[in-house]
Amino acid sequence: MAEQTMVATKHPVRRPAVHEWLRVKKKFPHLWCPGCGIGIVLGGTIRALESLGYSKDEVVMVAGIGCTGRIPVYVDCNTLHTTHGRALSFATGVKLARPDLKVMTFMGDGDALAIGGNHFIHAARRNIDITAIIVNNAIYGMTGGQCSPTTPLGKRATTAVYGSVEPPFDTCELAKSAGASFVARSTVYHVKHVEQMIRMALEHKGFSVVEIISNCHTYYGRINMEGGAVEMVKAMREKSIMVSETMDYEKARATGKPYVIGVLHRDTERPEYCELYEQMMQEAIGRK
Amino acid sequence: MSTVKTGEPVLLSGNEAVAYGALAAGARFYAGYPITPSSEIAEVMARELPLVGGKFIQMEDEMASLGAVIGASLTGLKSFTATSGPGFSLMQEHVGFAAMAEVPCVVIDVMRGGPSTGLPTKTSQADVMQAKYGSHGDYPSVALVPSSVLECFTLTVKAFNISEKYRVPVVLLSDEIVGHMREKVVLPSQDEVEVVDRIKPTVPPEWYQHYQDSITGVSPMANFGEGYRFHVTGLTHDVYGFPTEKPSEISALLEKFKNKEIHNSRDLTMVEEFCMEDAKICIFAYGSVARSARMAVKILRQCGVKAGMLRPMIVWPFPKIPVENMLERANLVIVPEMNVGQLRKEVERLSNAQDKIHGINVLDPTFITAEQIVDKVRDLRAKNRRTGEYIIG
Repeated sequence: MAEQTMVATKHPVRRPAVHEWLRVKKKFPHLWCPGCGIGIVLGGTIRALESLGYSKDEVVMVAGIGCTGRIPVYVDCNTLHTTHGRALSFATGVKLARPDLKVMTFMGDGDALAIGGNHFIHAARRNIDITAIIVNNAIYGMTGGQCSPTTPLGKRATTAVYGSVEPPFDTCELAKSAGASFVARSTVYHVKHVEQMIRMALEHKGFSVVEIISNCHTYYGRINMEGGAVEMVKAMREKSIMVSETMDYEKARATGKPYVIGVLHRDTERPEYCELYEQMMQEAIGRK
Repeated sequence: MSTVKTGEPVLLSGNEAVAYGALAAGARFYAGYPITPSSEIAEVMARELPLVGGKFIQMEDEMASLGAVIGASLTGLKSFTATSGPGFSLMQEHVGFAAMAEVPCVVIDVMRGGPSTGLPTKTSQADVMQAKYGSHGDYPSVALVPSSVLECFTLTVKAFNISEKYRVPVVLLSDEIVGHMREKVVLPSQDEVEVVDRIKPTVPPEWYQHYQDSITGVSPMANFGEGYRFHVTGLTHDVYGFPTEKPSEISALLEKFKNKEIHNSRDLTMVEEFCMEDAKICIFAYGSVARSARMAVKILRQCGVKAGMLRPMIVWPFPKIPVENMLERANLVIVPEMNVGQLRKEVERLSNAQDKIHGINVLDPTFITAEQIVDKVRDLRAKNRRTGEYIIG
C-alpha cells in the first residue's frame, strides 16, 4: 500500500489543462453567475490552446468590458482588460508590434457589436491575425439586463420593456461581409464543438471570429421567461443546426433554426495584415 | 535614424520636427487618424517608420488609435499618436486608461479652434485644460508646450523620456501656428539626443509586481511576451494588476499617481526666463503666443520698461515655484492666451493679489501680436495713473 502511494507521487496524474492555465490561487472564485455559459467558453479556449501546444508566455488575451470581458483576468498568460468595445484596437496594436505573439480577444455581443462595432468591422477588413471570441447572450448582463444589438426582435429586456423593436445583427454574417477570413459559430450546449471551433480559429491565419451562443438566465432567461440555465442550454440543442458535408450553410439557414453552427466561412486566400505589412516594409527598405 | 539631415541647417515645419523628434526618441509605433492640422505628423511617420523597422497604422478612429498605441507600448515599443482638439476629445477615454494602467505613451495635440469641429485650419490654445482634466477621475497629467520648430523636436524627445521614465501618458500641446510654421533648424544627431528607456524588472517573474509600490510612484515595467504574464486593467487594481475594491489598495494606487507629480516635480518643471532678472512687468506666455511675448518684452525694454517673460515648456504639472517667484517680484502680470484664460486662472490661484494679473484673451483665430501685448501694458499703466495707483515699474 505504502509502495503504491510512493509510485503515485512519483508519477502524478497529469492535471487537466485548465489547472495549468488558470490563476487558481490568485483570482478565484470568479464573478460569473452559477450556470453561466462563459465558463464553458473559457474551458474550451484553454483546452484548444493546450492541444495546439501554445505556451502561456506567447498568448495575449485582450478583452473589453462586461461579463465576457472578465475572462482574461482568470488566465495565467499576458492579459489585458481594456475599455468598453475597444479590445480589438488594443489587440491590433499588440499584434502589429509583436506578430509572433498569439493574440485573442474576448468580447460580449454589446462590446463587440454595439460600442465596438466599428473596431470589429475594421479588424475584419484588415484580416489581422487575431482570434475574436464573441460570447453572445443577447443581453447586457453586467449592467443589469439591457437590450443589446443581438436581442431578437420582440424579446424583452430592462430597456425593451414591451419587446425590442430593433432587428438584431447576425454576428457571423457581419464578420463575413466585413472581410473576416474565418467565421464559425457554436453554442455552450455543444461543449466539445466550442473547443473544436476555437482550435480551428486559432489555427487559421487571419482574422478569425467564433461566435458562441451563451445563456444569461439571470437576466435574459428571467425577463423572457425562458427558464434557468438548464432550460436555456437545453433549448440551444433544439434551436441549433450544424453545418456538415450533407448540410451546407444555405440549406441549414433554410431550415429556419435560429443558430446555424459550425464553420460558416473560411478563406485561406485572403492576405493577412501583418504579413502584408512585413512585405511592404521589406520593399520600402529595399527601395531606400 | 530618419531620412532628415542632422547637424546642418534644414527647413522644417513644426509637425515634421515632432515626427523626427519622435524617431530620435526611439518611437517605433504610430497609430493615428487623420485630422487637420496634425496630419503631417502621420504622413512623415508613414514614410519613415517602415524604413527603420517600425510600425505605422492608420486606425478607424481616435479611440482605436490610442488603443493600438497602448497595446503596442505594452509589448515594449515606444508608441505615440497625433491629433487635434476633436480627436483629442475622443482619445480621452484611453488617456485615462494609460494613466490608470501606467502605460507609457505620447499624444501630440496640435491645437485648433474649438469647441466641436470649430476652426480646423486656425490656431487656438483652448485644449490646455483638456490636457489636464480631459479624462474622468484623478490622474497625473503631463503636458509640454513647444513654441518653435526646434522645440517641437526637443520637447517631443522630452515627452517620450518623461513618459517612459514615469509610466504616464504625456501630451505635447502644439498648435496650428507652431505646427505649420517653417523655420531653419539644426537638428542634433542621434548621439546628442538624450534618450530615456523604461525601467525593466530585475526580479524573477514569480516575484514581479507590475504596479510595485514605490515612493516616487514609478515601478519597473515588463513587456508582454517576456515571461512575466501580468494583468493590465482599467479597473482599480492591486500591485499585481488584479482588480480590487479594497479601500486600502485603491488609496495606495491613487496616492501613487499623486506621488508621480509630487516627488518628481523638479524633473517635471521646465521654464524659460527671458529678461526676468529685474522684471517688474512679467508676461506669462506659452506656445506660439510666447513668440509674440518675447517680441513685446524687447519692445518694452527699448521703451525703458522693465519687462520680462516667464515661459513654461511644461504646463502640467503647473510650474508652481517659478510662477510664485514671478508673482512675488512682479507689479503686473500679463497672461496672453488664445483661450478664455485657462492658465491665467492657474496663475491667479497662486496669487494673493489677483488684481495685478491681467489676461489678453483672443478667441477669434487671429494671432496675438506683440503690439497687442505692448498696448495692453500701456493701457494698464495709463489706467493706473488715473486712479492714482502708480504701481507699474
